[in-house]
Amino acid sequence: MSTLTKFSPIPYTGPAPTNREAYLPANRELADARALDILAKVARPAVQHESGQDMPTFVVDKNDIVPVLQALHDHADLQFTMPLDLFGVDYPNREKRFDVVYQLYSLKNNERIRLKVRVAENESIPTSTTLFQGYDWYEREVFDMFGVKFEGHPNLRRILTHEAFQGHALRKDYDPAQRWLLTEAGIASIIPKIAKQFEQEEADSDFERVVLNLGPSHPATHGTLRIVVTLDGETIVGAESEIGYLHRCFEKMSETHTYQQVIPFTDRLNYCSAIINNVGYCMTVEKMLGIEAPARAQHVRLMLSEFMRISDHIICIGTNLVDMGALTNFWWLFQPREEILGLVESCCGARLLPSYLRIGGLSVDAPADFLSNSQRLVNMLPKFIDDVEALVMRNRIFRERVDGIAPITAEDAINFGFTGPCLRACGIPYDVRKASPYLGYDTYDWDVPVAEGGDTYARFLVRFEEMRQSLRILQQAIDRGLPPGPVMVDNPYVALPPKEKVYNEMESLIYHFKLIMHGIQPPVGEAYFQVEGGNGEVGFYIVSDGTKTPYRVRARPPCFPIFEAYAKMITGQTIPDAIAALGSLNIIAGELDR
Amino acid sequence: MPVQKIDAPDSIIPRKVGVAPGEGAEKGLITLPGESDREVEGLGGATYLTTKLDAVVNWARGNSLWPLPFGTACCAIEFMSMVSSHYDISRFGAEVVRFSPRQADLMIVAGTIVDKIAPVLKKIYDQMPEPKYVIAMGACATSGGFYRAYHVVQGIDEVIPVDIWVPGCPPTPDGLMYGILKLKEKIERGEIRRAG
Repeated sequence: MSTLTKFSPIPYTGPAPTNREAYLPANRELADARALDILAKVARPAVQHESGQDMPTFVVDKNDIVPVLQALHDHADLQFTMPLDLFGVDYPNREKRFDVVYQLYSLKNNERIRLKVRVAENESIPTSTTLFQGYDWYEREVFDMFGVKFEGHPNLRRILTHEAFQGHALRKDYDPAQRWLLTEAGIASIIPKIAKQFEQEEADSDFERVVLNLGPSHPATHGTLRIVVTLDGETIVGAESEIGYLHRCFEKMSETHTYQQVIPFTDRLNYCSAIINNVGYCMTVEKMLGIEAPARAQHVRLMLSEFMRISDHIICIGTNLVDMGALTNFWWLFQPREEILGLVESCCGARLLPSYLRIGGLSVDAPADFLSNSQRLVNMLPKFIDDVEALVMRNRIFRERVDGIAPITAEDAINFGFTGPCLRACGIPYDVRKASPYLGYDTYDWDVPVAEGGDTYARFLVRFEEMRQSLRILQQAIDRGLPPGPVMVDNPYVALPPKEKVYNEMESLIYHFKLIMHGIQPPVGEAYFQVEGGNGEVGFYIVSDGTKTPYRVRARPPCFPIFEAYAKMITGQTIPDAIAALGSLNIIAGELDR
Repeated sequence: MPVQKIDAPDSIIPRKVGVAPGEGAEKGLITLPGESDREVEGLGGATYLTTKLDAVVNWARGNSLWPLPFGTACCAIEFMSMVSSHYDISRFGAEVVRFSPRQADLMIVAGTIVDKIAPVLKKIYDQMPEPKYVIAMGACATSGGFYRAYHVVQGIDEVIPVDIWVPGCPPTPDGLMYGILKLKEKIERGEIRRAG
């Protein structure tokens, strides 16, 4: 039997949350000082500073947003070149109903910034796709979910929901269960635009151009991705991706469930590395509550995150090689993956989507043989990684199919908002675990693998090396041992009291009742927190209104900008190369479509 | 036949030691559904077996299912686990995974079906030749799961008929395997007959 939370014998004497108190981020003074600094550099009159936030935050007039983004992008001291996120928040009682939030990241200074544009229902915002290519799909998503129009957008149509959908789902007045049915006749056909460099060539070509549809049910698309390509002979001269075939309404569902109930939904974002999503979400809520999970829980979180990262890369590499005809590696790599899932199962009883974490810690303590099992796994994994690497990485047939295939330059990758292994394959050493360490990643000795070229081969290199680096972290974590102590915080407004106390003590019974009926109530405000997921930065932006359900949960999906760039990456390549490249990007539909 | 002991000292997953096949199998005899092991009289040195044609056909169908994974989400990952080395569905004759509906007779709907993909699911089902069977894998395919939401089909029986429902979110690979075996039993009993 594992021990649950240990409560102090006297009733809790710490601070009690008073209802509807405002959220005060710990770093607000630093953020405010930095905001004034930035404001001085970007001298534009229509920018107002919003103080007391967890990162420099500004409110920008809608007509001024493109020049402001441009100034932030171009200023030599700032260089906010990476578009991290763009999403909406609906406040129906306000005159200007929607907040459209832009989040940017500066690789130079390792800092984040948030810009808000407030618009009323019929107003539109000038598009920023001319500056950031990555914002193309984000703007379509804001249009789809909130109905905010973007002037000058090249292709402003629905992205996540289907053609027959009416209304805008993330508006507060939209009924979460209101469905619209799509029939086969209602599906709009997609004709991809011919890329510029191929526009002139049609007359000279011997071939008639053919439009070919791949997916959404296709063996090489790993689930529900759809790509429409125009072929000139074997060359792809135009491509367009369509997504939304797994849009499960994560963000709307979060608004109808309590904070703890959202955890299983986060599991199903990137289902290949579910625990990392749990960590991201729980730590965001913990940040708002001003609490920290106990050391023991953090240690288990870190170890399982690294195991999950290895498992994520195993699925990516294994299935990618299947697409290229190398089936053996898939059989071979799935053996250690089963062992990793066995370890997760020994912790909490579930394999793939464990929901092991709780806000404030873990659901149960790790089993007694957790460390010895981890050690056995760490001993056994290198052989499998080495075997597969030896099989493929110097194999000429394989190299011919990956060397220089579907490359993306570092500038483009940043401009789209790439993170994770795909960005590191372009030579940019950005890793959240190093840039803004959490769970004590800065106390471990490990390296960020980086490759040059940004092609399919580079992505393979990075993933293989990342698994080895994860093993390095794991070995150190095992050597340090699990810190003693509880795995849940000692705070009855967050953690359920143990059952024996509930049945015997009045205070515990009341705390239990309150927590079940009223849930965890973070203070009013907004927070963003990011972790390094299997394929990039997984971030959660949460708005709390002080009630038991989140007002808005936004998951920053790392796959989204990567798949957005895919159409551009495969233009000029052939279909088999496109298939090999798609696998190497590790697109997880659950996270892409949410 | 000697019993082969599976010994994997590195594994942390408890395994069952292999079980010897029944006596009938040792004699090289086969068993049909509803019949017990029995000696068949030899006639001119050859071995004969008498049964109904339907029984033989159903027996063959049940033992050689060719699945088409309509994998959309998390369940598809567990489906991959079931196919791959550890669980190994080829022990039950259903390992020939086909992504073309023309070459498959079992559709495994693994994952959430949303309104946007529902017409695609229907179309692919229609393209499969008869006889065809459908397994709804997991809570989402069965009932929409905990996604009671504006874009999620609340159970694939809104769109196509279903033979076996496998519970779980996601079901374990052994759970799905059990579903396939249940379907096999159902086919061998001759319960599933659909107008072609």
